[in-house]
Amino acid sequence: MSLPPFETVVDEYGTMVMRVCRAVLGSDIAAEDAWSETFISALRAYPDLRPDSDVRAWLVTIAHRKAIDQIRARNRAPLPSADPLDRPSDRAGLDEPSLDGTGLDGGLRTAVNRLPTKQRQAVAYRYLADLSYAEIGVLLDCSVPAARRSAADGIAALRAIDLQPSRSTTRRKLTS
Amino acid sequence: MNTDSMNTDTVHTNDALVTALTASLDTDRADLDALRARLTERAEDEALLDVAYRIVDSPIGPLLVAASPAGLVRIAFEREGHDAVLDQLAGQISPRIMRMPARTDDVARQLDEYFAGRRHEFDLPLDLQLVSGFRRTVISHLPDIAYGSTASYKAVAEMAGNPTAVRAVGSACSHNPVPVVVPCHRVVRSDGSIGNYLGGVDVKATLIALESAA
Repeated sequence: MSLPPFETVVDEYGTMVMRVCRAVLGSDIAAEDAWSETFISALRAYPDLRPDSDVRAWLVTIAHRKAIDQIRARNRAPLPSADPLDRPSDRAGLDEPSLDGTGLDGGLRTAVNRLPTKQRQAVAYRYLADLSYAEIGVLLDCSVPAARRSAADGIAALRAIDLQPSRSTTRRKLTS
Repeated sequence: MNTDSMNTDTVHTNDALVTALTASLDTDRADLDALRARLTERAEDEALLDVAYRIVDSPIGPLLVAASPAGLVRIAFEREGHDAVLDQLAGQISPRIMRMPARTDDVARQLDEYFAGRRHEFDLPLDLQLVSGFRRTVISHLPDIAYGSTASYKAVAEMAGNPTAVRAVGSACSHNPVPVVVPCHRVVRSDGSIGNYLGGVDVKATLIALESAA
């Protein structure tokens, strides 16, 4: 039993890793950088990976670290916007005009960007990468219940936002 | 331990919110392809790509063409199963394998010229790491058989310095990692019949006919 060609790893997980990077970082440009760093790093380490390893969890662990690198680099950059760690939406809005919150998707992404970092990470790792709360606790350096709470709080906040556009559409239809 | 069993019941992967969230974060196919292309370029620059491959269309079907940094390491026919061959290469050479056409541009061009009848000899760096011993000696003598001609397994055994090793020559030919470029298709039976071929007897006949027509 040997490792499959790395190409198949990119085939299988490339899209998922991009979703995770986008959710955690907000900015598409930062997400592309984190994605590239994740896969180059993974390629470098790949021959040493045990063939029975969970490739998905391994990749998300690398992506988590690369996203933190991006957040740190962003914090070092002389940006006028305050507190970029918890509010990447300001930065995302600059280089991603589609995230103006007008469409449902844009609204959802804006809402994700407004979540505290830890909730964004927990939601991404649980609902986009399908990691267990035990694995998320290790990544976020917190207890399993705390990981679960972060994901639940994040999802609850998104659910509140997500329902609004359809409601307002219905209301508009009724009044016209 | 109980934590893993606890979290499964709270996941609603078919939940509309998660579906909408997933969709809102999706990337255009073209954007992801561009990112992948940049990834392979960078992997090549940083010497992380142990095997680069592409598929070359040809009159004998799609050919998998794979190269190490040292040279052409494998050509595989469709009937071998390209995915199966890539899995073998991952085990035999390295799992650091990616599709990157640029490394085999010369191979693709020379194959095109060969199939068009315009090229009679290949001029490519070969990496014969997949064969060793007598098989390798045989493989290295096959390009001595001129374009458009054939040689018997017995004649090749003599060329390789072991006249009695006729069956070993057959075995070496059937394990040729770079067929077409190293012309094992020019090795036929002493009675003039065509003999076996990894790509299929039809393909061998096609190649011999191509060379005699050009």
